[in-house]
Amino acid sequence: MAMTEEKFDAIVVGAGPSGNAAAYVMAKEGLNVLQIERGEYSGSKNVQGAILYSDALEQIIPDFREDAPLERHVTEQRMWMMDDKSHTGMHYRSDDFNEEKPNRYTILRAQFDKWFNAKVREAGALVLYETTVTELVKDLKGQVVGVRTDRSGSPIMANVVILAEGVNGLVGQRSGLRDEVAPDTVALAVKEMHFLPRETIEARFNLSGNEGAVIEAMGTITKGMTGTGFLYTNEESISVGIGCIVSDFADSEVTPYALLEAFKSHPSIKPLLADSECKEYAAHLIPEGGYKAIPQLYGNGWIVVGDAGQFVNAVHREGSNLAMTTGRVAAETVIALTRKREEMSAANLADYARRLEQTFVMKDLKKYKGIPALLHGNKRNFFGTYPQLVSQAMQTWFRVDGVDKKSKEKAIFRNFRETRTIFGMLGDAFKLVRAWR
Amino acid sequence: MSEVMTAPSAKVEEKLFQNRYLVDAGRPHIRVKQHSVPSASLLAMTRLCPAGCYSVTESGQVEVVADGCLECGTCRIMTKRTGEVEWNYPRGGFGVLYKFG
Repeated sequence: MAMTEEKFDAIVVGAGPSGNAAAYVMAKEGLNVLQIERGEYSGSKNVQGAILYSDALEQIIPDFREDAPLERHVTEQRMWMMDDKSHTGMHYRSDDFNEEKPNRYTILRAQFDKWFNAKVREAGALVLYETTVTELVKDLKGQVVGVRTDRSGSPIMANVVILAEGVNGLVGQRSGLRDEVAPDTVALAVKEMHFLPRETIEARFNLSGNEGAVIEAMGTITKGMTGTGFLYTNEESISVGIGCIVSDFADSEVTPYALLEAFKSHPSIKPLLADSECKEYAAHLIPEGGYKAIPQLYGNGWIVVGDAGQFVNAVHREGSNLAMTTGRVAAETVIALTRKREEMSAANLADYARRLEQTFVMKDLKKYKGIPALLHGNKRNFFGTYPQLVSQAMQTWFRVDGVDKKSKEKAIFRNFRETRTIFGMLGDAFKLVRAWR
Repeated sequence: MSEVMTAPSAKVEEKLFQNRYLVDAGRPHIRVKQHSVPSASLLAMTRLCPAGCYSVTESGQVEVVADGCLECGTCRIMTKRTGEVEWNYPRGGFGVLYKFG
């Protein structure tokens, strides 16, 4: 096979958002790039909610809106705090989001990734599908010089390997580049695709044309576990899912699919899904450890990008934009070194980490570095007690029943005090503010 | 208990029926190593696996049938410390084929 004799400028392992971004940017600049994907096409193994953040993609493909498979642009964001029978919501909707170049879109990853990967091939990269990378090949000095796959015994050589292999990151972990993901820093999310006529979706969510609404929900829906639920409107379908930290699931009696069923049958969610047809059930891990869980990002002959590098902002539910940005920055680092004919040594590739420090990726992850541990450590309060207290307060306030308002106020404050001490609440508020700064 | 808490338990088989798979017959990508008593982590997989692939045999061991696997990796992470599960990706092209993802 001629390919095995060829030495590539770079091999990219994986064809998700980070791998496609890296491969595209390098190929576009004329580098000789090989991308290896285990699915039958880019997207067939990939799962996300999914929201596309335009900015990260615009920096790579400025005119992506011309032919990318986009579902709806998001004009309304709903944040719901839920107990078993209610939700207290904060909705933000603005006609400003009906702009010429919308800021966020809902997408279907199997279609979107396929499109992105077609751009990678157009840019000149060679893409191998249905091929799983099994290990990294190192020379005697420990420099990564290529990969082995399940297709052929002989290694494929390259100057640098970009690991865009996703949350499980088997290749990097087996090669000792980073530790195993811990059950308390990763969430298991399950999701279903529910199909409805587009007019029905638009009527139910008060949308016109390609406007879209998204709901992010927290509260007793996760039964005391650290996690969130979501519901996104696509063109002719609704993505509905829920995810919790794996170690919380392990300590719980509930199965992921029973949790999803309970969320779908919540009185606030059920009417939105009525009469829909479910066409797919998916599960995926989401790295949620934040800044403190970021592993070593580069070494002699290798760089890690996307979920494999734990690049997810769990607070803002952002991941694909961090993936694309880390993929792009890794590519730019490799391009600069290739042009200067510099070695792909750890010392030179450290430039990747320095460049990332200047982007929103590292700045945001640093800002929220205390949040994952705070929420996880206080999960009973944040995902149980507080949502229930808020719901009870709202109901007391809105129910007109002959009780005077002063007494209602007292009852609300008494309920808070008796359920969670003043010191407990102040402590949680203080910790949250401190972790948020 | 509210109505929501007592919602009928989901049948995971019905969910998996919606999905497309290309099963690599005779070459399961996940194996449980021989054991007499499963660890708490392995036993937890009988509830935790989102595809319901894990079950307990009559003699108390945990077994896996990975045909409906969604390739999330939860069992791999849960049992990394105990080493009870041998986990690989399916061979290239095999396994779950997401239509929408």
